[in-house]
Amino acid sequence: MPRDHRPRSPMAAPRSFLWSRRIFLTLLTGFVLLPVYVMVSSSLKPLADVSGKFQWIPSGLTLRPYVDIWRTVPLADYFVNSLVVAGTATACSLVVAVFAAYAVSRHAFRGKRVFTVTVLSTQMFPGILFLLPLFLLYVNIGNATGIALFGSRGGLILTYLTFSLPFSIWMLIGYFDAVPRDLDEAAEVDGCGPLGALFRVVVPAAIPGIVAVGVYAFMTAWGEVLFASVMTTDTTRTLAVGLQGYATQNDVYWNQVMAASLVVSVPVVAGFLLLQRYLVTGLTAGAVK
Amino acid sequence: MTTTAIEKPHGRTGQRHTPGAAPRRRRPGRLRARGLPYLLLLPALLLELLVHLLPMLIGIVMSFKELTQFFIRDWTAAPWTGLGNYAVSVDFDAPVGEALLKSFLTTCLFTVCSVGLCWLLGASAAVFMQETFRGRGFLRALFLVPYALPVYAAVITWAFMFQRDNGLVNHVLHDQLGIGDSPAFWLIGDNAFVTLLVVSVWKGWPFAFLVLMAGLQNVPREIYEAAALDGAGMWKQIRHITLPSLQPVNQVLVLMLFLWTFNDFNTPFVLFGKAAPEAADLISLHIYQSSFQTWNFGTGSAMSVLLLLFLLVVTGAYLLLTTRGRRTGDAS
Repeated sequence: MPRDHRPRSPMAAPRSFLWSRRIFLTLLTGFVLLPVYVMVSSSLKPLADVSGKFQWIPSGLTLRPYVDIWRTVPLADYFVNSLVVAGTATACSLVVAVFAAYAVSRHAFRGKRVFTVTVLSTQMFPGILFLLPLFLLYVNIGNATGIALFGSRGGLILTYLTFSLPFSIWMLIGYFDAVPRDLDEAAEVDGCGPLGALFRVVVPAAIPGIVAVGVYAFMTAWGEVLFASVMTTDTTRTLAVGLQGYATQNDVYWNQVMAASLVVSVPVVAGFLLLQRYLVTGLTAGAVK
Repeated sequence: MTTTAIEKPHGRTGQRHTPGAAPRRRRPGRLRARGLPYLLLLPALLLELLVHLLPMLIGIVMSFKELTQFFIRDWTAAPWTGLGNYAVSVDFDAPVGEALLKSFLTTCLFTVCSVGLCWLLGASAAVFMQETFRGRGFLRALFLVPYALPVYAAVITWAFMFQRDNGLVNHVLHDQLGIGDSPAFWLIGDNAFVTLLVVSVWKGWPFAFLVLMAGLQNVPREIYEAAALDGAGMWKQIRHITLPSLQPVNQVLVLMLFLWTFNDFNTPFVLFGKAAPEAADLISLHIYQSSFQTWNFGTGSAMSVLLLLFLLVVTGAYLLLTTRGRRTGDAS
């Protein structure tokens, strides 16, 4: 809890401020942590505990839900699907975004502003607007050419990679701008082509930022629900849809739902918190500038 | 080493006739450089075109067609219907239009409440955490957890908490605080609006916090020191320095929060499943449901286009108003 007796500000903060801060931040922490507590504690409860009245303190702890989640629904399959889809989408999106951001950051060209504004504005359109046409487009491409986009991992990868693309480009421009221009100009003079300068100088210098963008892209794909629920079939279902499998059955195994939620959350939350410093500067740069 | 080798001839020609020499030497490089940015942008452009712009155009075309389930496999064969789909969507006396209007108004109210509360929580936390204190870094990381959690995992947990018989909320409200004669339903009926709002604010406020916190770091320390010397107390400084200095950040932040909240599909979809109660029937979910229930994609597309038009108008008006306000503010 915040306990600060020596504020470093030039003027001493009044008691009323310190107390308001203490109370406000305590309440807010409670609000933020409440679902986290419910998730963790319920995932360790026996089924009887989560089916009856809610209990703050579990009557007994068990790891059974963590064993059962893999059997109740094919969670491992969903996990693999999500990993493949989110991983591939992230990798592709990063490569495409690095090229685009390098172009915007280091080159003056006609249509630069139009490009950045258009790309960013796609971010504001409602997903539902693309859903129906994209659904039709994928189905019809499949009928015409035999390339299975609808219901396949490929279609989902293609979709997700463009979802994170605008913000990835935007964030990367910021990171690339922070790399001193002299460095890659010197590299070009030394005989590297522009691409050599990009891969030997700019990319290595911006690695933390690139990793942060990767985490952002991965989170976007890992957490998407709308397209996953329409564009997947039984074999390509991702976690976003699969997790609801526990909840829509007649008998809801809430302890397993919570255990599964925790298991799918840990990778992204850990990644986010590890890289939060880089992510935060990237995410907020657009709004603060 | 190589740098000197390249610079030498450059310097020599430069001595002879300075103005023309440099461009002549660079011309091939410049030509290549002119094409290069477009080449680098090409993959991004193609992808955006395929997954965003093309579907958007198709969506507009679809909205003028009578695109029912019989034409899903070959949508181009669907007959044209002119403005028919739009007429159905905005005929507020008929069931379809009435439901759309209701959903639209619900979404508006929900968005105003959610954005307002997200901003309020985010701004309060940012102001309180502007000065360093012990545990500040830890708290900041903690506050990011709702933003980092996958939406469905977080929302499913909330759905569990709002269960009538075995949820935490009713346990606290009814069993422990003794409010109400019987446990309330939170996921059906009118209460669903409150439920959706709580979850949406829980999920959304950390972003406001992040952006506002970053904005506060740009306020020069000297201003506070000067104000302190003039005898302004902490609360006065917050009111007269901190809050006004958030103005420029707010312009983009509020717009982003507005668009995200207004278009939110994931939260109600995971919270309520396929049948959202009327009180929490957000517009994206409404269009989704009415499209896939009836398989009438034409009407669904018309609704989507109307939604897009609304968002464009609101965004345009907002940017115009806030930018003009800021300019006159600067001038005076």
